[in-house]
Amino acid sequence: MSNAVVTSAKSSDAPLSRVQLALRKPGFLIGAVIIGFSTLLALFPSFFAHYDPNFIDYLAVRQPPSWAHPFGTDMLGRDALSRVIHAYTVNMQMAILATVFALTIGVTVGALVGYYRGVADMVFGRVVDAIITFPFLVLVIAVVAVLGPGLINMYIAITLVGWVYYARLMRAEVIAQMGNDYASAGIVMGYSDRRIIFRHLLPNAITPVIVYWMTDMALAILLGSSLGYLGLGAQPPQAEWGVLIAEGRNFITTAWWLSLMPGIAIVITGLGFSLIGDGLADLLRPRG
Amino acid sequence: MTDHPILEVDNLCTTFSRGGTDLPAVRDVSFALGKGQVQGLVGESGSGKSVTLRSILGLARHYGEVRGSVRWQGQELTTMSERQLRKIRGREIAMIFQEPMTSLNPLLTVGTQLTETLKAHTDLGRRARRDRAIEMLDHVGIPAAASRLGEYPHQFSGGMRQRVMIAIALAASPKLLLADEPTTALDVTIQAQILDLILKLADEMSMGVVLVTHDLGVVAQTCDTVSVMYAGRVVEQGAVRQVLQTPRHPYTEGLMRSVPQDVPPRTQLYSVPGTPPSLFSLPEGCAFAPRCQAAGSACQTARPALQDIAPGRQTACFHPLPATQDNAA
Repeated sequence: MSNAVVTSAKSSDAPLSRVQLALRKPGFLIGAVIIGFSTLLALFPSFFAHYDPNFIDYLAVRQPPSWAHPFGTDMLGRDALSRVIHAYTVNMQMAILATVFALTIGVTVGALVGYYRGVADMVFGRVVDAIITFPFLVLVIAVVAVLGPGLINMYIAITLVGWVYYARLMRAEVIAQMGNDYASAGIVMGYSDRRIIFRHLLPNAITPVIVYWMTDMALAILLGSSLGYLGLGAQPPQAEWGVLIAEGRNFITTAWWLSLMPGIAIVITGLGFSLIGDGLADLLRPRG
Repeated sequence: MTDHPILEVDNLCTTFSRGGTDLPAVRDVSFALGKGQVQGLVGESGSGKSVTLRSILGLARHYGEVRGSVRWQGQELTTMSERQLRKIRGREIAMIFQEPMTSLNPLLTVGTQLTETLKAHTDLGRRARRDRAIEMLDHVGIPAAASRLGEYPHQFSGGMRQRVMIAIALAASPKLLLADEPTTALDVTIQAQILDLILKLADEMSMGVVLVTHDLGVVAQTCDTVSVMYAGRVVEQGAVRQVLQTPRHPYTEGLMRSVPQDVPPRTQLYSVPGTPPSLFSLPEGCAFAPRCQAAGSACQTARPALQDIAPGRQTACFHPLPATQDNAA
């Protein structure tokens, strides 16, 4: 009995110390600040940018950085800083839209094949093998080539390829969770399969998927801007980091800031997601 | 005394296949259980006792092949669809597991998990479910039940968790409880409490219990009948008093001798020589022959069948130990 008291006393502090732990991790904290600020930029770009990102001024073409234009101006005289800021909207959207559908599909499929195994699992194994044989980018480019360039098609392409990675992770984790007696207990209690899978197994199996999701958001931004750079994703004149880098490409010797600044934005945002992912992996690892 | 058995297990065989080889986990297990009776399944690790239990409720068929027959109040369970089985599971037959650390979902509160069972198996409304949940927790001896409904499994000790598990299993008033080593993971004082609790509730609810254990002491205290299993087969079964007092199978006898009884300190304890055979390569004859002191040449080549040696008493041995005068009954 005293044992129970001690356990409950110790564990009631646990959620609190977990938050404290998070605040004490500089990596996680920096990541959270970066992503928090990036989200603000994405939601309210006009508040932070002083110019219309598409305002063309032929009298101020390719100006070097100055107080009026901290990142300079591009070949059409548009304010580069405003364009980088407005690009946050599209690029942060990519982090979400290029991953949530893959996440949803992958988690569902992974949980189902992990629970039922059998023929479905064997078919799934073959599909996974077939998809991961190709480098991710090559396959996505192939799908975009078929569907045609553009943001929506890019999301579809990334989802079609990306769900596999989530599903694989989820399947393995569900199988591991099924080794615990609570899964058998659920069956023996006469619960429906749906209840066991989605209410009992899935919440217990989702942690590594969430950690991977953070990393995947960083990858999605990289991938999205790569495709934008190649002309397969966002289309000019939309302000998107990949597009911006591509536009500055021809002036790299004379106006290097045009390509460098969006590149730095990609690096910082990617770093933010990775730091959060690392921090979450550490924080979620010990089970309460 | 036993009017009509509620559970009849007949020639139950469960086979797992690993990498193309068949693993005979359970072979020809038969027993019957009357209303309110407690049946023990004893044996070493890997003797097939847990698999037998899991085969009864159709858990084993998810990963192995189950043959033979399990009849529950006349209904055949082995061939029943999952859909029909779901109505029996939890409502008529419930099961509790060995590891109280993993047999509760760590992410849901105890109250949620208790009411979930009631939701699945009864027509009770939200309030009534909550009341019943508190009543059940109270019933299994958890103090301040109402205030603990909102707590998570990790806030309970091992023994308390096993009590919660019992409360969940018994919430829908099943007629049979399958208990898979329910006290093995608990310390000795808690073990006794949990066993007493199971017996008390079984008695109150006139519920049958199939108890899997490797502890003969537990069997002696709790069971009416017992089946001793070795390498997937029953080697001896009958009424607990008879089997434990005058074991006829050398293996049962060995198990009995390995329980320390009134020995002076620092006496070396007896253990059955050798180790159980691998199920992948069972000996041709009696599986126990390599470890048996009474084994003759027949034991190496032929497997003794389980035979009646007295009313309600069976053993599978060519050279059964002599029945002493205690066994006259």
